[in-house]
Amino acid sequence: MCGLCGMLGRPGHWTETATNAEAFQGRARSHTWHRERQDRARLVNRVLRHYGFNLSDWAATSFVLRSHTGQTSLVDNLTEVWAAAEALGKRDCDPLDEDLLTALSEDEAAR
Amino acid sequence: MTDYAALIPVNVVTGFLGSGKTTLLQKLLASPRLKDTAVLVNEFGEVGLDHHLLENVTEGALLLENGCVCCALREDLRESLRDLFSRRERRVIPEFRRVVIETSGLADPVPIAYTMLAEPVLQHHFRLGTIVATVDAVNGRAQLDRNPESLKQAAVADRLILTKTDLAPAGQVNALRTELRRLNGGAVLIDSNVEFPDPERLLMDDAFDRESRDREVDRWLQDRVSGLRPSEHPHGSQAHDGTYSFSVRVDTPLDWSAFGVWMTMLLNRHGDKVLRIKGLLNVAGVAAPVLINGVQHVVHPPVHLECWPDADHGSRIVFVVQGLSRERIEASLKVFNALANPAMVSESVSPVRDQPALETAPSRQ
Repeated sequence: MCGLCGMLGRPGHWTETATNAEAFQGRARSHTWHRERQDRARLVNRVLRHYGFNLSDWAATSFVLRSHTGQTSLVDNLTEVWAAAEALGKRDCDPLDEDLLTALSEDEAAR
Repeated sequence: MTDYAALIPVNVVTGFLGSGKTTLLQKLLASPRLKDTAVLVNEFGEVGLDHHLLENVTEGALLLENGCVCCALREDLRESLRDLFSRRERRVIPEFRRVVIETSGLADPVPIAYTMLAEPVLQHHFRLGTIVATVDAVNGRAQLDRNPESLKQAAVADRLILTKTDLAPAGQVNALRTELRRLNGGAVLIDSNVEFPDPERLLMDDAFDRESRDREVDRWLQDRVSGLRPSEHPHGSQAHDGTYSFSVRVDTPLDWSAFGVWMTMLLNRHGDKVLRIKGLLNVAGVAAPVLINGVQHVVHPPVHLECWPDADHGSRIVFVVQGLSRERIEASLKVFNALANPAMVSESVSPVRDQPALETAPSRQ
């Protein structure tokens, strides 16, 4: 339980390796929780920029989703990122969208 | 974090009206191995169940949280399971170690899975076990064609139990087998007339149970993934609203963060059409394979195997989808994976639009 707000704690999101330590033990390279959050935000931003959004870590507990027009939303995990981006941007964030996949591939090739 | 493997498994026994759910359950519960199992039934039907821990649940209204039918808390189930657990803790009833829920013939099993993983109290005490669906060999094909409930039950199941095969012509049974394979290639298919229902195989073995994990994965790999070739499931099949299963193989290791970004985005947009995902993943930097398992928007915490079950270290993922293109899903996964590691670009072919540049993409500087 959170000492400040009294909220009951929830199990971590399935994408976070810290909440599934057993599944990710024995990593070849050193891996920290903080580094993982940074990696995740960096990857999400590669996708979000095509929708006009940016994601940044907030106090290592949540993420702030910001649109290029200044709208913001606080989200807890990856699942919430996409729902919030669709709600704020009023358009679908579809990983199967041809235009998105082409843009991501072109970005990667240009790096 | 609660130890997921230590939670009380909850099996779901589902199947269309008259497909033999209760008869199957009756045979299973006769086994002494299930003596410490609590049973929740939706309705007491014509086939009597004789069990010391048998409860009735009135299938109640769903609490829709976000408009998606699968992400709905089953209020009735929440109350029943909370009450069952409370009485167990107070020693009013014996200390059961497993719960089996028999759904009504028209029930969607996915809200039951969602209730288990999302309800704030239940998620600390219970976890979803295998979903078992009965399919009647006499009427099953027609039910799959005409009733979306029947189709959904078969599509999300871990075990498909063919019933009444002695009453149907052999050709009809074989056609139904082929159809069920096409629909849900990741499920174990069992003929209840050939094989007496084995509680271990049907209910007790699953990927989250440490003792049976390896056995379950071996069974899955040998019987299903290897036998499920994409060519058997042509993309664009419109039978049953385009519901079909296919496997995707990725030979380069998957970056876990990129996989998480991709899968959460896929499920957010298409979770209503991605009925099932099961996979054995080679995660970059992790020596042991990681198992993932999802039912629509509901994703279990990943688990790992001690070691690779065979010499094949490629990632293999089985999807059951409704109207989505296999090629597009595969291309999308590879493009997202390449974002995390340019070395993987060589595999990141994009059948969506042929892009030769991908094959010769420079390394990140």
